[in-house]
Amino acid sequence: MTFRQARNDEPLLIELPQEVDGTIGPSARVPEDLRRTELGIPNLEEFQVARHFTRLSQMNYGTDSGFYPLGSCTMKYNPKYAESLAASPKARRLHPQQPEETVQGALQILFELQEMLARVAGMDEVSLQPVAGAQGELTGLLMARAYFEERGEDRSEVVLPDTAHGTNFASATMAGYDVVEIPSKEGVVDLGALEGAVSERTAAFMLTNPNTLGIFESEALTIAKLVHAQGALLYYDGANLNAILGKTNPGKMDFDLAHFNLHKTFSTPHGGGGPGAGPVGAHGPLTEFLPLPLAAYDGVRYRLDYDRPKSIGKVRAFYGNFGVLLRAYAYITRMGADGLLRVTERAVLHTNYLRARVEEYLPVPFGGLRKHEFVASAAPLREKGVRAIDVAKRLIDYGIHPPTIYFPDLVDEALMIEPTESVTQEGLDAFVDAIALIKEEDPDRLRAAPQNAAVARVDEVSAAKRPILSWRMMDR
Amino acid sequence: MSPAKDVLLEFLGLEDIDALFVDIPPEVRVDNLDLPAGLSEAETVRKVSRILERNRTVGEVTSYLGAGYYDNYVPALVDALLSRSEFYTSYTPYQAELSQGLLQVLFEFQSLVCELTGMDAANSSMYDASTALGEAALMARRITGRREIVIPTLLDGERKAVLANYARGPGIRVREAGYDTEDGTLDLGHLEELVGNDTAATYVEAPSFLGQLDSKVTEVQDTLSGALLIVGVHPLAQAVLRPPGDYGADIIIGEGQSLGAWMNFGGPSLGLFACRQEHIRKMPGRVIGLTKDRRGDRAFTMTLQTREQHIRKGKAMSNICTNESLLAVGAAIYLAFQGARGLRSLATNLMDRARELMGHLDGVPGFQAPLFPGSYFNEFPVAHKAPFATLRERLARHGLNGGVDLSTVLPQAAPASLFAVTDRHTPDDFQELVRALEGGK
Repeated sequence: MTFRQARNDEPLLIELPQEVDGTIGPSARVPEDLRRTELGIPNLEEFQVARHFTRLSQMNYGTDSGFYPLGSCTMKYNPKYAESLAASPKARRLHPQQPEETVQGALQILFELQEMLARVAGMDEVSLQPVAGAQGELTGLLMARAYFEERGEDRSEVVLPDTAHGTNFASATMAGYDVVEIPSKEGVVDLGALEGAVSERTAAFMLTNPNTLGIFESEALTIAKLVHAQGALLYYDGANLNAILGKTNPGKMDFDLAHFNLHKTFSTPHGGGGPGAGPVGAHGPLTEFLPLPLAAYDGVRYRLDYDRPKSIGKVRAFYGNFGVLLRAYAYITRMGADGLLRVTERAVLHTNYLRARVEEYLPVPFGGLRKHEFVASAAPLREKGVRAIDVAKRLIDYGIHPPTIYFPDLVDEALMIEPTESVTQEGLDAFVDAIALIKEEDPDRLRAAPQNAAVARVDEVSAAKRPILSWRMMDR
Repeated sequence: MSPAKDVLLEFLGLEDIDALFVDIPPEVRVDNLDLPAGLSEAETVRKVSRILERNRTVGEVTSYLGAGYYDNYVPALVDALLSRSEFYTSYTPYQAELSQGLLQVLFEFQSLVCELTGMDAANSSMYDASTALGEAALMARRITGRREIVIPTLLDGERKAVLANYARGPGIRVREAGYDTEDGTLDLGHLEELVGNDTAATYVEAPSFLGQLDSKVTEVQDTLSGALLIVGVHPLAQAVLRPPGDYGADIIIGEGQSLGAWMNFGGPSLGLFACRQEHIRKMPGRVIGLTKDRRGDRAFTMTLQTREQHIRKGKAMSNICTNESLLAVGAAIYLAFQGARGLRSLATNLMDRARELMGHLDGVPGFQAPLFPGSYFNEFPVAHKAPFATLRERLARHGLNGGVDLSTVLPQAAPASLFAVTDRHTPDDFQELVRALEGGK
C-alpha cells in the first residue's frame, strides 16, 4: 500500500525560460488615456506550457487517482461518457442568448432535468439556476424572504442545528437573517431545543438529512410539524442526498425547499473545487418564487418561461451551469431508478461496514446506523501527542486521500469519512489497515507525515500571517 | 445482489440490505424512484446525443452574439490539459500536500489576473461576472460600512438582476447613473450627484456594456467621496487597456469565459475577482498563498481561510464554497499559451475586425454602426430601422443570427443590437451578413 506522488520541482510560469521577445507597445486603436504600455505575462512555446501543466497535474490527486473518502463531499467516480457528451460542440458552442428554436435540445435537457430532479426530491418544481450548493441555499432563503414579505410577515431568524454545514450559516447571513444555533442531542436534532428556538420570528429551519454525522434524522416529520406550527419553512440541504435515493425524499419529509449538489449525488466532477450545480426545488406556494427563467414545454416546443411575476429574479446569469447539468442528466439517464437505488444501497453498505471496522481502532461517537458517512474520533491518540491532522497526513503516505477533519465540531478530533459507492471491499480494508498501522506508529513519524507526497507538511500558519497571493506580492 | 455485498452484510450480521434503512421510518419511506429504468452506456450516449443534435450551434448559424460570452477559438491545448483527471476529478485542495499541482496552477491563475488588472491579489474564482459584482458590492459594504452602490444604467440586465438579489440581504440600495445620450459615455455629472456619504462603491465597466472604450472611466476616481471604485473588465481587452488600478480601482471583477472556456449555453463560466492588498482580508472566496513546507521547500496552500464559511460560519465574508476552479485552471493554461504577445495580437485583431464589421454594417441602408461615435473593443451597438424581431427573422432565413437585443438597455432609442466579433469570424462571414441584410425580406 505504498504510494509515491510525483515530486517535480516545477518552476513558476514566470521562471520558465522565455525565448520569445515579449515587448508590446501601446495600441493606437485605444484612446490615449486608456492605453496600456506593458503586460507581465510570460511568452512561452506551446510545448513548454504543455509540459508545465502536465508536470503539475502529476502532483495532484483526484478520484481517478485512488480512494477519496472525504466526508460530506461524496467523491465518487465521475463516468467518462458524461465528459465526452459535455465536450460535444452541440453542447459547448451555444450562446445563452440564441433564439429558442436553435437551442431546442439544450432546453429539452433543462426541462427534463427539472422534472427528474423534482421527482427525485418529491418537490413540485425545480430551478437549475444556482451553480453551487451554497448558492442553492442563498436562493432558497431569498425565496423564503420573498414569501414572507408577500404575506406581510416580518421574520428575521434562521434556525440551524450545530451539525449544519458552514455554508448554511453564511448563506443565512447573506440573505439578511440572524442565525439561531441549537445543540444536538445524541447526534440528532434536540426536539426540545428546536421547539424552544422556533418562533414567529423564524423564517426557516435548515436541516441536512442524513446529517453531517451520517445519522438519519428519524424524527423528520415531528421536526416538520414543530417548524410548520410556527409558520416557518423547512429547508433541506441536499449535500447528503446520496444516502437516501429511492428510500425517502425531502418532499416526503415535508420540506418546503430543497437544494441538490449535482457534483456530489449525480457524479459530475468537482474540478478541483468547481464547477458545480446547486438546483433548488420548491413545494406548493414556494414554487412561485423560484428564480427566472424555468424551462417549459407545451408538447411541441421547449421554451424559457419568464412569466412568473412573483419570482425572486436571478441569482446567476442565464440558466446555471449547463455543462454540469448536462453531465448530471446523462448520469441519471444511464443509472435510472434501479441504478440510483443501487448507488445508495452500496454507499450506505460501505459506510456501515467501514464504520464497524474502523471502530475496532478508533471510537465512533453515537450509536446506530449510518447512512453516507460516519465520524470517528482521533482523540485517544492525543495522549501520545498525535492529532487528527497527523492521522490525515499519514493516510496520504498510504495512498488514501484523507477524510474531512475537525468537522463537525461536536466530535473531538473528528475524522469524517464518506466512502461512497466507488470503492471495493479491498479498498475499504486497506483504509482500515492503514488506520491500524497509524494507531501503533511512532508519534514522531506521524507528526512528520506526509513523506510520500509532492511536498512535506505545509506551513499554513505563515501563509496566513504574511499572505503572498500573486507573483507581484512575492517581491515585497 | 453481488457477492461482495453479501460478505459485507454478513460481516455486519445483517439479513439483507433493507436492514440498513430501518432508521428511515415507514411514514417517510418511498418504494422507489419515479424515474425510468437505466440504459446502457451506448444507449445513453445515443439518447443524449440525439437530443443535442437538435441544437444549432453558433458554428452552424453564424452569430454575432456577445455581451459577456464569446465564441472565441479555444486552443486544443486547453482541452487537452483540462482532461487530466488529476485536475478535474479532484476536490477543493484542503489537503495541501496532495494538491500541490492544482494549488500552484491556481496561484498562477491569481497572479495572471493580477497582471491583467494591475491589482495585488485575486481570488481563485467566483461563479461568474454577475455574482462577482454582487460579492464586490457586499465587500464594499463591509469595508466602508456604507449602504449604497452606484452602477451605470447602461449595464447587462443579467448583472443588474443578480446584483439586486445579492443586495437584498444586507439591504444595499442600488442607484443607476445615466449616460450621455449623444455619445453613450458615462454621465459623470449624474454619477457625482448620486454619490454621497452613504455610497459604498461606484461600479463602472471598461469597456462599457456597449463595448465602448470610454476615457471618462479614468475620471470616476475624482467623484468618489470615500466610496470604493469597482471596475468590471473584459479580460482580453486588458491586453491593450490600462490596468484599472492605475486610475483608482479598489476591486476588479470580470467575466473570464473568454479566457479559454467554451460558452456552454451560459455556464459554467468564470467570475474574476481581484483587489488591492489592503483589502485582502475582506475579500470573498478561496485564495491560494505561497509558503514553505517543513523541508523549507516552496509550497502552496489555501490561505486566509478564516474569511471563509467552513471556519467562520455566519461571520464569513461570503457563503461561497464550490467555485469555478477548473475554469480558472483553463484560464491559466490559456493565458500561458497566448503570452503577452499572443494576447496583444488577439486584442488588436478583435478591434480591427469590429471596425471592419462596423464599416460594412454602416453601409447597409437603414443601419447605423456604431450607434454612438467612439472607440470600441470587440462589440458595438448598431441601430436599425427594423424592429429586433423582424431583423432576427430575416437573418434566420439566411441561416444567420445577429447581435443581442438592446431594447431593454436602451428603451428610449430606436431598435438596436449589440454586435460582437470573435477570432473565428472571417471576412466572408461579414460579406454574407451584409448580403443577407441588403437582400431585404
